[in-house]
Amino acid sequence: MNVAFWQRIDQSARSVTPFLISLALVLLSVVPLPLPGFAPVVPALAAMSVYHWAIYRPNLLPLSAVFAIGVLHDLLSGAPVGLSAVVFLSVYGIALTQRRFIAGKSFLIYWFGFAIIGFGAAIEGWLLASLWHLTLLNFRAVWFQYLVSVGSFPLIAWIFMKWQQALLIER
Amino acid sequence: MDQRPSTILRIAQPLKSLVQRFTYLGLIVAAFGLMLVGKIDTVIVDKMRGEVINVAAPILGALSRPIQTMSNMVDGANAAIDMRAENEKLREENARLLQWQTAARKLQADNVALSKLLQVVPEAQASYISARVIASARGTYGNSIVLNAGSTHGVRKGQAVLGDSGFIGRVADVSSHASRVLLLTDVSSRVPVMLESARARALLVGGNVNRPRLVFVTPGTRVTPSERIVTSGDGGAFPPGLPVGVVASVTDSTIEVQLFADYDRLEYVRIGDFGLDGLVDRHLPDKNE
Repeated sequence: MNVAFWQRIDQSARSVTPFLISLALVLLSVVPLPLPGFAPVVPALAAMSVYHWAIYRPNLLPLSAVFAIGVLHDLLSGAPVGLSAVVFLSVYGIALTQRRFIAGKSFLIYWFGFAIIGFGAAIEGWLLASLWHLTLLNFRAVWFQYLVSVGSFPLIAWIFMKWQQALLIER
Repeated sequence: MDQRPSTILRIAQPLKSLVQRFTYLGLIVAAFGLMLVGKIDTVIVDKMRGEVINVAAPILGALSRPIQTMSNMVDGANAAIDMRAENEKLREENARLLQWQTAARKLQADNVALSKLLQVVPEAQASYISARVIASARGTYGNSIVLNAGSTHGVRKGQAVLGDSGFIGRVADVSSHASRVLLLTDVSSRVPVMLESARARALLVGGNVNRPRLVFVTPGTRVTPSERIVTSGDGGAFPPGLPVGVVASVTDSTIEVQLFADYDRLEYVRIGDFGLDGLVDRHLPDKNE
């Protein structure tokens, strides 16, 4: 009984980690880095997390968690509140529909999937923000941010993979 | 008998996916609703932002420490490498500044004497609070930084914030232990400025890009590159004469301004209390929070 209890605690602690990682990445993406020219192109870390867990363990990152991550991201970054929530939910939804084409296939396909979905997300975010401000925002920075995100994706994804293998082995 | 579980499954499975689909749509609608609320009533959203940065401030403060320490170490190493050249440059600059000091002393004495003669009303004495930058989000969707000082430290909404080399923005949201600064580059930032030598008024408008633009320049003004831009104090929100930047480029349609402050290297900033009430949110009850 006692052992079972601790096992359950252990299990649930493990299963909230995808959400906690996503939260940590949101916080990390607003930490000031004193690199010249880096700030406008900080990779979309939280979007990567949403994409990864939607593909591999959607049950561990429920819709409400995705929504919460998006709203937190907006509140912290000063973007229009709700914008990232819409974008992350779209990433999640689309990734979910493409799951069976991507999950368990080669890393390249998994990376390519992010490149396509991330591009859609970048355009969506840019359109929504432009609409919100009623002015056409600069697309250059969005494009470069997208490139940096796609470029840094393998590194972040490798961490997710390792984490998943170490802690979230299916029982 | 063995038919039952599969029957339940057959009903439950689509039901589950239906519920999920509705949750999904509901959350998307909720997110759009939040965007609309933010567009219509900024006060609620500002309050929410305040609460969230208040909770996140200790974590962000801890996260930003090691990065700043590392960057300081790199800076130290770089400084050690080109110390000789730096020394030479500083010596030249010092000689030039000493000349300026003499000129400034003379002008100050003149100013004091003339002000006394004309019985000029003295400007309110400014006081400053220094705060550390614990988060920064600068990009296409917004340009703001979060400071580790809030209303308990005397920060109030609308106050001017200065970096080490100029005016950088105004306090947008305040909570008890943290505050958010809307930078001059943000698309919703509008600051009354003037061309320092021409004394012509203009409005500095951010666009979520590195260089804000000048609009509504007093008609008939000739704007030339490298003209200094300072705050004009119009509207009473900011004091006049805070250094902002220089005119970087002038074309037929736009005048771009290169800001003095280096936003990439903001570490500590000063929040100025100039004793101004300004036009910023005079009617809001949360001002004295």
